[in-house]
Amino acid sequence: MPDERGPARGSVHPSVHVDGEVVATKRVGGYRHLTLTAPGVPERFRAGNFVAVTVAGHVARRALWVHRVRASSAFGPTLDVVVEARGSGTAWLAAQPVGARIAITGPLGRPFALPKDAVSCLLVGEGYAAAPLFPLAERLRERGCAVSLVVSAPDEARLLSALEARRSARSVTVLTADGSVGQRGTVADHVDDLVRRSDADVVYAAGPHAVLRSAAGAAERAGAWSQVAVETPTPCGTGLCHGCPLPVVGEDGVERVVRACAEGPVLRGDRVRWDALGDDR
Amino acid sequence: MSADLPGPVMVAAGCGGTGRELEPYAGPDGLVGLDLVTRSITLDARAGGPGPRVAEVPGGLVNAVGLPNPGLEHFLATELPWLVRAGARVFVSIAGSTMGEYADLARRLSRAPGVAGLEVNVGAPDEVGAGLFEVREPYHSASVIAAVRREFPSDRPVLAKLRPDVSRIVEGARSCHEAGATAVVIGNAVPAAFPDGRAGGLSGPAIAPVALRCVAEVHRALPDVPTIGCGGVHDVRSANAYLDAGADAVQVGTALLHDPTTVARLRAALAPGPRNDSRPAPPEENR
Repeated sequence: MPDERGPARGSVHPSVHVDGEVVATKRVGGYRHLTLTAPGVPERFRAGNFVAVTVAGHVARRALWVHRVRASSAFGPTLDVVVEARGSGTAWLAAQPVGARIAITGPLGRPFALPKDAVSCLLVGEGYAAAPLFPLAERLRERGCAVSLVVSAPDEARLLSALEARRSARSVTVLTADGSVGQRGTVADHVDDLVRRSDADVVYAAGPHAVLRSAAGAAERAGAWSQVAVETPTPCGTGLCHGCPLPVVGEDGVERVVRACAEGPVLRGDRVRWDALGDDR
Repeated sequence: MSADLPGPVMVAAGCGGTGRELEPYAGPDGLVGLDLVTRSITLDARAGGPGPRVAEVPGGLVNAVGLPNPGLEHFLATELPWLVRAGARVFVSIAGSTMGEYADLARRLSRAPGVAGLEVNVGAPDEVGAGLFEVREPYHSASVIAAVRREFPSDRPVLAKLRPDVSRIVEGARSCHEAGATAVVIGNAVPAAFPDGRAGGLSGPAIAPVALRCVAEVHRALPDVPTIGCGGVHDVRSANAYLDAGADAVQVGTALLHDPTTVARLRAALAPGPRNDSRPAPPEENR
């Protein structure tokens, strides 16, 4: 697949570190959706990028996927992030009220590569980490791609709503492990069938490592390309600390360890050494 | 003093990525004129340790990154030329598993265009630098510095980065200075443990008082030995604490992971000051 991502960062559209503001906040199921201003970040954003935010009293940053970008609103350009309160830092973030100021760095990381032609694309995501697939679906539709979207979760509370994505996607499939909504089962159970039915040329995946791995495997078995957005703890998010090792096979066939935040988070699925990466839960 | 000291604000080893990642946040001049210490370079490539490499603790980070780097050849072919072209004053941090490796690194870097100086990593916390030459004893650190100094031109600085161990720091600073170190960097991450007991090094504001004590002790005992404070520097006040204790410069490390614009802000706040114009360091009575 031609790689149209261009320079990773730093030359054409360098990332910025800015003072952002919470302009809207709402609880959706088990997650908190925050709408933020972050001057310069939405303008530079490409699907698959993430942002790093500062949490009061914490040295390490919190990396957040971008769920939606609005080019204009009553507050100017904004971006939406989805927060799952899993520790004291994310709990603090989820509790931030409208008007709270938050230091934001972004957009960070290499975005999804987009196909040149109007091909068929299957997008597979699980939990809050499915967020980057939503702006991706919009971009793919603009290019005339046929988009099939799969959103999955352990249960309904952790399912990102696909309602708004119905505009961008030709078909939407909902999976929950407990069967509380949509089809019962996991991505691993259904992904080969979904790849076949969507006749996908490219499979895009975002979510826990197991989801990415099964999507990448299904793509390979079907002769399709895959792009995966890997979530792994990123202490700084900017590539400075080398604290987020991601084992890969380079294009030269040589095994190496790259930074998930700088050389990722999006990689070709067949480049990730899944056994060495391990599970994330 | 044989060489111009860097400063007053430097980027600490291992916290500036390859330099490229810092550039967007380095201020209007980018990396031009920035005293940047690279991550530690070894002769052969190192993949670094497994994850998780970093854990957050109150006031700091525990890390066991394991010195990932592409090895000297690749560094000389790609990362160094980029840094030089970007205008940085490049101090290459070097680490070796034998004294001979340190000497090799120094010799080959002495011929590479654009290397402003070396920083010899002789203070990696236990286990983090697994496989490195054992340099906990001041005598061994000094031997390494002497080996490096023999291979590196005397008109360019060789910095010795020591662990902030207050019981040994004066002895270590004296030995390294006598062996030819232009200045001593105090200090490195403090030996610590991850919450699960794995060995690592603690950095960040939590260790600032420890490193500050070490700087003060060295300055009191060895007023002629230039020192560079490193540990928890994140704002003007924390930088000035080191400068007031006698340090000639400070290095910014962990703070860059929290806010990548830190070095730009500190350079703007501290650069034009009288301390900068007073290089090389004045005698104690003038401070």
